[in-house]
Amino acid sequence: MIGARAVKQIVNVVDRPLGKGKSEVSVNALSFLFSEIVQYNQTRVDNIAELERRLEDQGYGVGLRFLELLCHREKGNKREIRLLGILSFVHTTVWKSLFGKVADSLEKGTEHDDEYMISEKELLVNKYISVPKDMGAFNCGAYVAGIVKGVLEGAGFPARVTAHYVPMEGQSRPRTTILIKFSEEVLRREARLG
Amino acid sequence: MAPAKPGDAAFANVDHVNAELFTLTYGAMVRQLLTDFEDVEEVNKQLDTMGYNIGIRLIDDFLSKANVTRCSEFRETADVIAKIGFKMFLGVTATVSNWNADFTECSLVLDDNPLVDFVELPETCQGLYYCNVLCGVIRGALEMVSMRTEVKWARDMLRGDDAYELRLKLIEHVAEEYPYKDDD
Repeated sequence: MIGARAVKQIVNVVDRPLGKGKSEVSVNALSFLFSEIVQYNQTRVDNIAELERRLEDQGYGVGLRFLELLCHREKGNKREIRLLGILSFVHTTVWKSLFGKVADSLEKGTEHDDEYMISEKELLVNKYISVPKDMGAFNCGAYVAGIVKGVLEGAGFPARVTAHYVPMEGQSRPRTTILIKFSEEVLRREARLG
Repeated sequence: MAPAKPGDAAFANVDHVNAELFTLTYGAMVRQLLTDFEDVEEVNKQLDTMGYNIGIRLIDDFLSKANVTRCSEFRETADVIAKIGFKMFLGVTATVSNWNADFTECSLVLDDNPLVDFVELPETCQGLYYCNVLCGVIRGALEMVSMRTEVKWARDMLRGDDAYELRLKLIEHVAEEYPYKDDD
């Protein structure tokens, strides 16, 4: 076994076989790690916007890589070129491999044509987080927003992606909504494609 | 079916998440540290510190779910880490080997390492111990059960070795002093 591994590690990373993506680790391992990431980033920033931006940046890198991985594994090296196609890719395929389920909902904004929302009742990264009062609107979902942004931009759909808490009636915890606002060029291209 | 190993039982007992999300999240963190510190040695240190912080919290989670009792000797401790600890959190196991004569030092050789999928160390990061967080985790966790240890990488496949090997060394048993911290 050691022999087989010794050979494997010399091989360039892109020449290695791609795993099926079925292996799992404990949720707690991820939660501990994520909590440490948040705390570390907190020591490097002065304000909440900055903290969210850093989390988003880190998520962004993950998103780019996930897009590549999933396109290769699930879609035979094809990627979506239509707006609804890429949105449902995020909502279904990406969510499934990230969190083991499709997102709770995908909606189009009623006021603006370029806005879409993905909502999740209990987002994994927010599950063990309670935001202290003095940190106001801080939302760890920024990390997931970054992942979504990475996937979208990697596929050629630049967008502004933000995470928000939305209080739910009759529920003690708010749900998390990922708001996607596409760039103008994306909508123009979409209109042209008809 | 053969009775499940304690490690398998512990792993089955916890909720799971896709290992790739974990791997890539860890990778994003390491990249961020490299950008922030611009020095591999500093990053190694920071990873160890973060691991330590995780370890001192993780041990509670471990003890509450793993169904293990106090280890009577260090040999047992190493076994629990390798067979149950690694399994419960990362879904992998390690092999304990290379004991020294008085059983205070041993190696943990990882059978698999979920932290390093998709990873290749670039030229500029040759001194990096990419998985150094694990050293901190083990050190922190053991400190909470009154063992002062030193954990270091002996072999790292990302650096061209043929295995992932952690060297675990018991420095001393720390007697808990009154007042006991449990009541805090």
